[in-house]
Amino acid sequence: MTELPPSEVSKQLLGDMIRIRVMEERCAELYQQTKIRGFLHLAIGEEAIATGVMHRLEPEDAVLATYREHGHALLKGVSAKAIMAEMFGMAEGCSGGRGGSMHLFDAGTRFYGGNAIVGGHLPVAAGLGLAEKLSGRHRATVCFFGEGAMAEGEFHETMNLAALWDIPTLFCCENNLYAMGTSLETSESETNLSVKAAGYGIPAWTVDGMDVAAVYDSAGRALTTVRSGAPVFIELRTYRYRAHSMFDPELYREKEEIERWKIQDPIMTFTRRLTEAGLVDDDAVEHMWERARQEMEEAIAFADAGTLEPIEDLGRHVYRRELA
Amino acid sequence: MTTITYRDALHDAHREALRTDERVFIMGEDVADYGGTYAVTKGLFEEFGRHRVRNTPLSESGFVGLGIGAALGGMRPIVEVMTVNFSLLAMDQIVNTAATFLHMSGGQLNVPVVIRMATGAGRQLAAQHSHSLEAWYAHVPGLRVVAPGTINDARWMLAAALEDPDPVIMFEHATLYGTKGELDDAGPVDLDTAKVMRPGTDLTIIGWSGTLAKALDAAAQLDDRGVSAEVIDLRSLRPIDDATIIESVARTNRAIVVDEGWRSVGLSAELAARITEQCFYHLDAPVGRVCAEEVPIPYPSHLEQAALPQVDQVVDAALAVTGS
Repeated sequence: MTELPPSEVSKQLLGDMIRIRVMEERCAELYQQTKIRGFLHLAIGEEAIATGVMHRLEPEDAVLATYREHGHALLKGVSAKAIMAEMFGMAEGCSGGRGGSMHLFDAGTRFYGGNAIVGGHLPVAAGLGLAEKLSGRHRATVCFFGEGAMAEGEFHETMNLAALWDIPTLFCCENNLYAMGTSLETSESETNLSVKAAGYGIPAWTVDGMDVAAVYDSAGRALTTVRSGAPVFIELRTYRYRAHSMFDPELYREKEEIERWKIQDPIMTFTRRLTEAGLVDDDAVEHMWERARQEMEEAIAFADAGTLEPIEDLGRHVYRRELA
Repeated sequence: MTTITYRDALHDAHREALRTDERVFIMGEDVADYGGTYAVTKGLFEEFGRHRVRNTPLSESGFVGLGIGAALGGMRPIVEVMTVNFSLLAMDQIVNTAATFLHMSGGQLNVPVVIRMATGAGRQLAAQHSHSLEAWYAHVPGLRVVAPGTINDARWMLAAALEDPDPVIMFEHATLYGTKGELDDAGPVDLDTAKVMRPGTDLTIIGWSGTLAKALDAAAQLDDRGVSAEVIDLRSLRPIDDATIIESVARTNRAIVVDEGWRSVGLSAELAARITEQCFYHLDAPVGRVCAEEVPIPYPSHLEQAALPQVDQVVDAALAVTGS
């Protein structure tokens, strides 16, 4: 078992996983209440990945994520208020309401989406990495994507270019075993995904994505390499408890499988570990949950009080240089 | 005035861009040692080095996406795609990423990338190297689409495109590279306006890129037959400069569009519709169209030429709408 991070870090990791869990569970309720519309993809069960990686980043590092990105945005530093307002379609949202759940963006924290073409953001991430290299800076770029993206040509093109040009980007494959309803073994000829990336000459390994300490440890090592000017790939094995989106009837997997994964729930197991290590007690943990609930209630109140962009402004944000 | 080829005018534009802005770099297939498929970038890697003139593997989606990412990262990439036919492999990046980021991010993240590609037929390259698919990109809000059809625009449009904060797609007709002409030193041009190339009173002929010379040849022949044709170089395919076109047609009362794209659902249809919508009561005849035949471009020269708009057809169409 991976050694626990320093006590303060460990407690923050637990607290941040809880923040994501609470936010996602509230999102599901808000969807039922029709406050959030469109597609909504929840990362419940996958919280250790965004948490472990994000705690290794500097504020000036860039992050690109998928459409299952609420937690990534939150931990990159986008406020829960701005995220919730975005999902409500309000002008106060982090993307001005134009993006919604799948397209959270924030230039200030260098959070580049919220990308909903599977595989489409991998070349973009490498391009951000290339810009760092060409301009002599050393900020890291981190790209999260699902294992489904590894069947896309853009994954392979990007791995090749990143390796060929020593592009300082960290590629984090969040392998939750299902590309929507298509299981890993029915979509990948090689199910050991780090082997595929290693084929391009990129340092690559597999991590238990349900263990935040392991993720934190791996991300730290990976980013050391990235900051020295090279790409790294890590596969993080995880599981989503909820459906792919709110429209998914889940015909493709058994309830027992979900229950089996819940036994290794990242929050439950890490809470137990920190408790056994004497770093937290029941009160401290309850306080974390309570604080997260309060943060999300304030975010929801903020979103509820948001304003809708006037229809007269519909044509904005198509071009930075508007026509005369 | 100096006489120069279209290719050399483009070459000079690239060289100037690399010299004056350290954020500029060129990326594409065979742009370095080979000198560029159409020799536009010949000699530039020797002068500026491999970091700024970057040969890419054959991965259109990958390197176009890298260009988009690098633009987000503060660079000013010029991405050369060999032809518009191959650019379809990168259409996801151009349409789903470059054209959408500013909007999805609520105006935060613009993408100042320039993507150049050759287009058009006339060299017996058959159905996978000869098509004119400009209209596909001109359909998309968020993109600027330009087509330098003159030596002057070949020399100066690139600088304007690099100045632009939004993604610019630049189409170069493959038969133009070897053409020679006078270059004036007027300097910067805009990306948005159409240009009257030849004044006339009896009808307006609109062409661009590969059809501009045909429109001008037809106008010269019409002159001999007592018909005075005004010729407009469309230059910008998105946005379309309605004002210049409508001002002209409102005076001449007749219009012909010459488009190397197919007639169905293309730019000629768009222009005819705009003219009809905006100056219906000025028209003395239906808008005429001379377009490519509705076939994939064939290999044998006689069939290829039969598939493309020809000067005789433009003359005939002009005589038909003027009732001469």
